[in-house]
Amino acid sequence: MKLSTYNFLTSMAIKGVKVGYPLKLTINKKDVIESEFNPVFIERLLPKLDWSAVYGAAQVAELAEDIPAAQPENIAEDEQLLQRLHHLLFEIDVLEGQLECPETGRIFPIADGIPNMLLNEDEV
Amino acid sequence: MARLKLKKLEEYLQCVDGFEQPKILLEQYPTPPHIAACMTHHMQAQHDDIEGKLLADLGCGCGMLSIAATLLGAQLSVGFELDDAAVDIYRQNMLDMELPNADCVRANVLQLPGSKWDNAFDTVVMNPPFGTKHNAGMDMRFLDVGMRLATGAVYSLHKTSTRTYIQKKSKEWGARSSVIAELRYNIEASYKFHKQKSKDIEVDFWRFDVSEL
Repeated sequence: MKLSTYNFLTSMAIKGVKVGYPLKLTINKKDVIESEFNPVFIERLLPKLDWSAVYGAAQVAELAEDIPAAQPENIAEDEQLLQRLHHLLFEIDVLEGQLECPETGRIFPIADGIPNMLLNEDEV
Repeated sequence: MARLKLKKLEEYLQCVDGFEQPKILLEQYPTPPHIAACMTHHMQAQHDDIEGKLLADLGCGCGMLSIAATLLGAQLSVGFELDDAAVDIYRQNMLDMELPNADCVRANVLQLPGSKWDNAFDTVVMNPPFGTKHNAGMDMRFLDVGMRLATGAVYSLHKTSTRTYIQKKSKEWGARSSVIAELRYNIEASYKFHKQKSKDIEVDFWRFDVSEL
């Protein structure tokens, strides 16, 4: 699971959950897979992302030094930061770990790189 | 422009692994490589809807359409799939083909709207369950989800027999829709109840422009 994908995942489909975001991420095993840097794409993606979850993911992935805690202005002009964001969001691949609902504590396991967001019938 | 020729794309897609034990109730028919190649090549060459885009593949199965889109330069394809066996094959296909720009999430497609995935994607592509196995209307429910997740265009396959209905629904949704191609969708005898060796069904390949919704 890429951390860009993580940024969109919620547990709001659980009955009674209001926001379900951000999910608490735990990484037990990860890989780094290089991919083509596309600054224009990252700029377009940024407004769709939640910066606090981006920063939270960076902390868990031990890359917090690379990412400022608050979203800087004029990020498009900071090529170095865009590259670090690219690395964080597209090159880190979470192989094993879990996502935890902040409201109910429900655990969504990540196994073999795939987050399992499926809910049981009695949960929806 | 597409970065790969149609023929080359189809050649690559021949190597994609399909379902080992397809499940009838989930209508797990793999998208044939030829159709997947034609669809995605058209999406890129005619509409520039793949290269550099964030793309969703709803009910991605083993990932045929995601892989085709990734080969054509999608910045990230995210596949959503209910079935555990299918997501494992998806992942293995991506690893085997060394494609870094694809992710798979095990989830119920029908539960995606209203979440952070709303309007997250540039392009949505799907080969939905046609709703022939005690799940009537499933393809329309998938289409509805696609409309909510995409900001640019939604591409989908539907039985030709439902064309008038889809035109009507699409007007209600306010999307500009067009049938790009009529396909003879060849379903190989992947299930035991298929008596004929191979069965053709008439399928429309649709594009829904949702950029003005």
